[in-house]
Amino acid sequence: MPIDLPWLLPAPADVRGRIKAIRTDASTDARDLVALARFGLDGNQLGQLGKAIAARRDDLGTSTLRPVRLAIAATHTLDLMVEALPGTGLRHGVLIDLYQADYGQNAQAVLDPGSALYAFAPDLVWLGFDPQAMGLASPRLDAEGGESAVRSALDYVLSLRDAVRANSGAGVVLQTLPTPPVGLFGSFDACQPGSVRWMVQRFNALLASEGPQAGDVLFDLAATAELVGLSRWHDPGRWHEAKLPFALDAVPLAADHLCRVLAATRGLSRKCLVLDLDNTLWGGVIGDDGVEGIKLGQGSAVGEAFTAIQSYARDLRARGIILAVCSKNEEANALLPFRGHDEMVLSEDDIAVFVANWTDKASNLKYIAQTLNIGTDALVFLDDNPAERERVRQELPEVAVPEVGADPALYVGLLAGAGYFEAIAFGDEDRQRAAMYQANAKRTSELQKIGNMDEYLRSLDMVCTIRPFDGLGRARTAQLINKSNQFNLTTRRYTEADVAAMESDPAKFTMQVRLVDRFGDNGMISVVVFDRGAEEWLCDTWLMSCRVLGRRVEEAVLAEAAAAARAAGAKRLVGDYLPTPKNGLVEKHYEKLGFTLAGTLEGGGTRWVLDLADYQAPDLPMVIEHVADLAEAQA
Amino acid sequence: MTRDDIVSRIVELMEDVFDVDDLEYADTLSAADIEEWDSLSNIRFVVGLEKEFGIRFSNSEISALENVGQMVDLIASKLG
Repeated sequence: MPIDLPWLLPAPADVRGRIKAIRTDASTDARDLVALARFGLDGNQLGQLGKAIAARRDDLGTSTLRPVRLAIAATHTLDLMVEALPGTGLRHGVLIDLYQADYGQNAQAVLDPGSALYAFAPDLVWLGFDPQAMGLASPRLDAEGGESAVRSALDYVLSLRDAVRANSGAGVVLQTLPTPPVGLFGSFDACQPGSVRWMVQRFNALLASEGPQAGDVLFDLAATAELVGLSRWHDPGRWHEAKLPFALDAVPLAADHLCRVLAATRGLSRKCLVLDLDNTLWGGVIGDDGVEGIKLGQGSAVGEAFTAIQSYARDLRARGIILAVCSKNEEANALLPFRGHDEMVLSEDDIAVFVANWTDKASNLKYIAQTLNIGTDALVFLDDNPAERERVRQELPEVAVPEVGADPALYVGLLAGAGYFEAIAFGDEDRQRAAMYQANAKRTSELQKIGNMDEYLRSLDMVCTIRPFDGLGRARTAQLINKSNQFNLTTRRYTEADVAAMESDPAKFTMQVRLVDRFGDNGMISVVVFDRGAEEWLCDTWLMSCRVLGRRVEEAVLAEAAAAARAAGAKRLVGDYLPTPKNGLVEKHYEKLGFTLAGTLEGGGTRWVLDLADYQAPDLPMVIEHVADLAEAQA
Repeated sequence: MTRDDIVSRIVELMEDVFDVDDLEYADTLSAADIEEWDSLSNIRFVVGLEKEFGIRFSNSEISALENVGQMVDLIASKLG
């Protein structure tokens, strides 16, 4: 539900304590409040954050936050918005100072050049109106009456706007009116000039087209109300009690929508959308499924969801948002759909910087920002994988990473709903911006690793479970053996019957590997088979799912195999790399694990040897669990 | 739900809404006793109670209350 700002992470349970700690202890870094603002805080928490911001205002004033002085002249009670705005502003990079005209004094505050409102020296004045104050809450049941009521209301608002301009250099925030949810006729309200619905919608349309002049901005509160749902937005009890214009629940979202507009006036809207590929722009993994196997476009519900994501990205590009790709893939594979899939909406030409490699994404994002010559704080990163999202949030907290969940049908709504790319104008320069950045950017997949990988891996709380082949895992083991193409050293295909036979074959040492981390259970992600020999154990099969690359699982597997081989009295481990068109990824697998090249094989492969006397298992950032003692179980 | 259950949930909510720690509960507690408890935070408090207990209050019910103890009784009666 948009009202809960679902693209943001929910606030941690201790957020009130954390806010208070920064408020009360002047030795803490006030800018830590910005990190807390990035959570989806409720009204109470935003109020607490607002108090902390007030207490530490001087320290925050020296930060990179852009100051905005906002005066509010409204015909209803906006105290709860005033309370929520400073905290919400931090989320969007603005430090908001507020002045609110006294209740019932909005016109006087604006018309009198000597008023306290002008003494406050606002940058922007928000004229907050409601249909009741505008005379639009009672129907006029004739066309002339309706039209003139709308005209009067509009003229009144614009005259106040003109007064602000005349009395100060401030710009004006002009706000549309949420439609009252009460109809008089039903469907016919839309047809009858002078019905409340007709008048309010006409007012909003005229305000949007005639209203804002240079320096003014439109705040489409009517759209916010629609998003929430009018019956949820309006709270008649609170209106009667205290002239609160909308339900308390909706304050955080309304504040967020206004802050986006304010941030846009300071040029703080994001500039670039960085897209993951697998399961973000298409269903499936291109390296494993190939162009024929990925899900995109007509013919499947999930394929259509990905088409919608691509279409939205293309629309963003057309309005000047730069697109980039950041994917864990061989570059050649990543490009296959762009070059050969009929249903691709995005083309290679749409992508200003195309990064496909096996390096961590935070480093890649820094590279993308550098190449485009924009800050990392101008990036939005869309990725279906929660581990990737978390890594980027840890390393680059200034990158916007929407929490998109597992259903691609919801991605467009979440991305659009988050409002990262809020604009207050649109012209030719915007239309051409993406192409301009493209022309200046280079495409490459080389990169240097930056960032503390080991700390990140430890923070994943990984538990790696290794057990011999068994009946329970047999189907999945066979599936992995037959599906894995990229991280597969020998690409030997076995049937389920073959796998069953290996379970009880004393000459085989088998491993099925599961990995659980903080984000969930990845299931079985690696399958390894060694042929036992008296002196040497030869690796028949070593494969792994690419989604756990970089987690050091292969080192854990090696440690287990080495321990078992030693216990059985063997002296060496031997492994072969048999190249295929798809497994270039693992050409250096054994080299990286400390094996020595022993020779080449017929057909172009390589053989590698590890002397167990020289091998020492490394300290790995994961807990390794043995379901049964492997060496004993298979002895 | 026992009266004590209602009280403990109300205390937690009050600490959140009024930004106080270790609130000492008494049935006689009212806005006079808590600095942050003004008319606007009272609205946040009432809305918070509605959400917490899944009930609705009318304006006339709210305006008749003098202290938290009466609020607890009102909630108990709505929960049945």
